[in-house]
Amino acid sequence: MCFVNEIDYGTPAVKSDKTVTLTIDGRSVTVPEGTSIMRAAREAGIAVPKLCANDMVKAFGSCRLCLVEIEGRGGTPASCTTPAADGITVSTQTERLGAIRRGVMELYMSDHPADCPACAQGDCEMAAMAEAVGLAQNRYGQEGANHLAPAPAGAHEVNFKELDISNPYFAYDPAKCIVCSLCVRACEEQQGTFALTVEGRGFESRITAGMDEPFLQSECVSCGACVQACPTGALQEKSVIEMGMPDHSTVTTCAYCGVGCSFKAEMKGEEVVRMVPYKDGKANRGHSCVKGRFAYGYATHKDRILNPMIRQRISDPWREVTWEEAYSHVASEFRRIQHQYGRGAVGGITSSRCTNEETYLVQKLVRQGFGNNNVDTCARVCHSPTGYGLKTTFGTSAGTQDFDSVEQSDVVLVIGANPTDGHPVFASRLKKRLRQGAKLIVIDPRRIDLVRTPHVEASYHLPLRPGTNVAVLTALAHVIVSEGLFDEAFVRERCDWDEFQDWASFVLQPENSPEAVEKASGVPADLIRGAARLYATGGNGAIYYGLGVTEHSQGSTTVMAIANLAMATGNIGRPGVGVNPLRGQNNVQGSCDMGSFPHEMPGYRHISEDATRAIYESLWGVKLDDEPGLRIPNMLDAAVEGSFKALYIQGEDILQSDPNTRHVAAGLEAMECVVVHDLFLNETANYAHVFLPGSTFLEKDGTFTNAERRINRVRKVMEPKNGYADWEVTQKLAQALGKDWTYTHPSEIMDEIAATTPSFAGVTYALLEQEGSVQWPCNEKAPRGTPVMHMGGFVRGKGKFVRTAYVATDEKVGPRFPLLLTTGRILSQYNVGAQTRRTENVVWHEEDLLEIHPFDAENRGIRDRDWVKLKSRAGETSLRATITERVAPGVVYTTFHHPETQANVVTTEYSDWATNCPEYKVTAVEVSPSNGPTGWQEDYEALSQRSRRIGHVEAAE
Amino acid sequence: MSHDEKSGEERLVYMANQIAMFFASQPENEQVDGIADHINKFWEPRMRRHLFEIIERGGDGLSPMVLEAAASIRRPQAA
Ligand code: SF4
Ligand code: SF4
Ligand code: FES
Repeated sequence: MCFVNEIDYGTPAVKSDKTVTLTIDGRSVTVPEGTSIMRAAREAGIAVPKLCANDMVKAFGSCRLCLVEIEGRGGTPASCTTPAADGITVSTQTERLGAIRRGVMELYMSDHPADCPACAQGDCEMAAMAEAVGLAQNRYGQEGANHLAPAPAGAHEVNFKELDISNPYFAYDPAKCIVCSLCVRACEEQQGTFALTVEGRGFESRITAGMDEPFLQSECVSCGACVQACPTGALQEKSVIEMGMPDHSTVTTCAYCGVGCSFKAEMKGEEVVRMVPYKDGKANRGHSCVKGRFAYGYATHKDRILNPMIRQRISDPWREVTWEEAYSHVASEFRRIQHQYGRGAVGGITSSRCTNEETYLVQKLVRQGFGNNNVDTCARVCHSPTGYGLKTTFGTSAGTQDFDSVEQSDVVLVIGANPTDGHPVFASRLKKRLRQGAKLIVIDPRRIDLVRTPHVEASYHLPLRPGTNVAVLTALAHVIVSEGLFDEAFVRERCDWDEFQDWASFVLQPENSPEAVEKASGVPADLIRGAARLYATGGNGAIYYGLGVTEHSQGSTTVMAIANLAMATGNIGRPGVGVNPLRGQNNVQGSCDMGSFPHEMPGYRHISEDATRAIYESLWGVKLDDEPGLRIPNMLDAAVEGSFKALYIQGEDILQSDPNTRHVAAGLEAMECVVVHDLFLNETANYAHVFLPGSTFLEKDGTFTNAERRINRVRKVMEPKNGYADWEVTQKLAQALGKDWTYTHPSEIMDEIAATTPSFAGVTYALLEQEGSVQWPCNEKAPRGTPVMHMGGFVRGKGKFVRTAYVATDEKVGPRFPLLLTTGRILSQYNVGAQTRRTENVVWHEEDLLEIHPFDAENRGIRDRDWVKLKSRAGETSLRATITERVAPGVVYTTFHHPETQANVVTTEYSDWATNCPEYKVTAVEVSPSNGPTGWQEDYEALSQRSRRIGHVEAAE
Repeated sequence: MSHDEKSGEERLVYMANQIAMFFASQPENEQVDGIADHINKFWEPRMRRHLFEIIERGGDGLSPMVLEAAASIRRPQAA
């Protein structure tokens, strides 16, 4: 068993072209100019004692433990705050320094509880440092000076402060705090939340959250950076307090969002003690959010189903069966159905939560095993327009940059994304850049947190009406072209000049002027003009966008409008610029890459390409259908029609995540064999005939591909509680259907992917081991992957400008439905919440709330926290209201994390013209006071209860 | 079921027209081919079969551009 130990260099790395060479304890070391002596020493292998510094935050120089002597200079400067200089000679260990350090430590220890459990556990640097400096005595005693701990007699000292255990995941014990301010700096510099301050002076000083509140009530977002930074046990994970320190660890990848943070899973036996973000993780650089660090409890939640189950009808209770019985049942049902209704009557759905290897196998099962192309994925409901739009304009279906790129951006345009909630670690990196002076433009109907957060303020916020993205983006282009702000040299070199001119004359049409667009969008023309000028002329301009762009009837058009802007201004093909979709789920990118769409083989090659099919046909030994298969909505339509009868769904909850819940329910109800392969009896499982237990990311090997196209390793840290990793289950199904699959490890699946997919040609587990991660394309031309795409030219050859005419959605407000509903997500919950609702994260979000502007609320007699009825043309649901000016008058907003809310009962069946990505972001609604849940919600709840029954009878012979 | 829900066919007509609406704004020589190409690439045979059924019944509700594109849309093989 090994423990991944990372070196703490004491202060952050410095980038500089110039280097300096100095001598430390007789060793010569060369470092970039501006590097601290402490870091230089560590690079030379010398660890200077320290308490108030680490390499994630700026040095502060308060503990005086890291003092050194420099030849020819007087005094004993702190090595963490003193820069290395050319030619100096430094000593880190002398008689004098030793004496000073012992004195400092003695004082610290006198104020530190003698019985500190963290010291005993080895989770306290105090004890380590006391030993390092050779502290043997304490002349000040243990009790008196410790103002913050309970006095021995039971009476509290005046400054006693109680333990703060309000946060579900970590505790703050002021008694152990040495006021080194590392947590304060971590919260400011790494996380960017500024929740912590040092209050008081001298012995009275302590750390407080918010306005001297418990952590839970403060603005703290529970990212845990402060806990990790704390050198004592003052801020400590509750799991460590309960379980003790971990004894081994493994590097793996978070399974929540598209940032794809790397973590060390720190374990004790088969149990996770804590997840610690990995500094070498290139997506997160040692930072994380509350989900990745703390919300892994679902992996062992009691609701997890561990045995396969079958039932004849969905009204029957479930019956537990053996795996063998489950496989042969599925195989015989699928065979029967294909025989009876035709080869095309069955299909599969891949998961953006599962690994690349698992996704690849599901599409292979469909194409090779079922003999059709009826495979789709839930990325359909989020980012399919990204694939279409970027492929059309640039030639490849992916974001152009790595996350590091933001460090070189000068202007950042965020549209239809809420990074602080949806992609928190990227948001922290973005906020850091903005605090350094980069400018921000936000285009969003809501005043998202980023618009104004500590030390960050957007230069422009364009609060457009939901559904008018294309109009506003085309108006930005209008300003850029009419004012001559485009980059002619770039366009002439990299794009088709004729197409550009055609596009330019299109955007110049009067209906695309800011003044004309103001009417539809509600955004004042001068804001549009200002934002356009800033983006075009402010230096490196980078665009980040999310579901607020894609989940519209013009989603694909919006993506192309974004691409047009980047090309016209030359903001593509180098660090600091680019077009970057912020992907929702952890492996949305990967599941799309792996051929999850019914018209595409892995690597985005259309199914009608003979050469591509030939590769797989010869490897798989079958003839492939050259016609596109059914998308999820088509499968449901076909099911209602009676021509589609069986579906294998891996790791997705289409009933909750797909639009128009009733339509999904009707489609599923019409099928004869629905197989759900998941961790929990999710909502879709209410309509399933077979349930196959799934495994968590902690229980399997594989890879996830994040929003930067980065292929990260997922490593197994515990045995699957259900017995089998998901790829093994799919393999067994294929075998039951007569396919000779014999993978013994996911690395062999990756080898097959690499052998058949040009953009993955160079990817192997050995390479991932060596590099940590790589970004595709990774092949002969880019053996170590591609951080920034389209560097010398576009993948498709010349960049393509596409006219983007604004077409108003047919979902219109009117007297019956006067308000526009838009939906989103919040930090502590994830997607449909199946995992996060099964963790302590529920303390931050007990229910979905409807945000409504005070004006609209008052007109309707709605008070804060009232139950309201939300009604659209599609249906109605009830939830509680919260009154806020974050949303404009006429707009309401809610999240969709809880099944009871059933927000998708309300959303309509309108969808993107090109990809049928549902229009979640615009629904005309009316809101009225109500008494509680609607009839549908109650009926649904009853159905869920009924269909989750598990009969504990012996399996019949 | 709610009152505003579309039938399968209505939905298909709606989708085809939506595609036509996008291509209507493109340069003239790309419009009709664009529609046909898009439908060939992304619509599975069952949907295209339904589309042709609608067209053969007179193409009620379909935009003229879709009707024009029909000549270049691949006819699915008989099921
Ligand atoms: S958990 Fe994160 S947000 Fe909360 S106080 Fe610590 S660093 Fe700040
Ligand atoms: S949820 Fe996203 S941001 Fe949070 S730790 Fe996981 S990958 Fe990182
Ligand atoms: S580590 Fe340098 S003063 Fe604390």
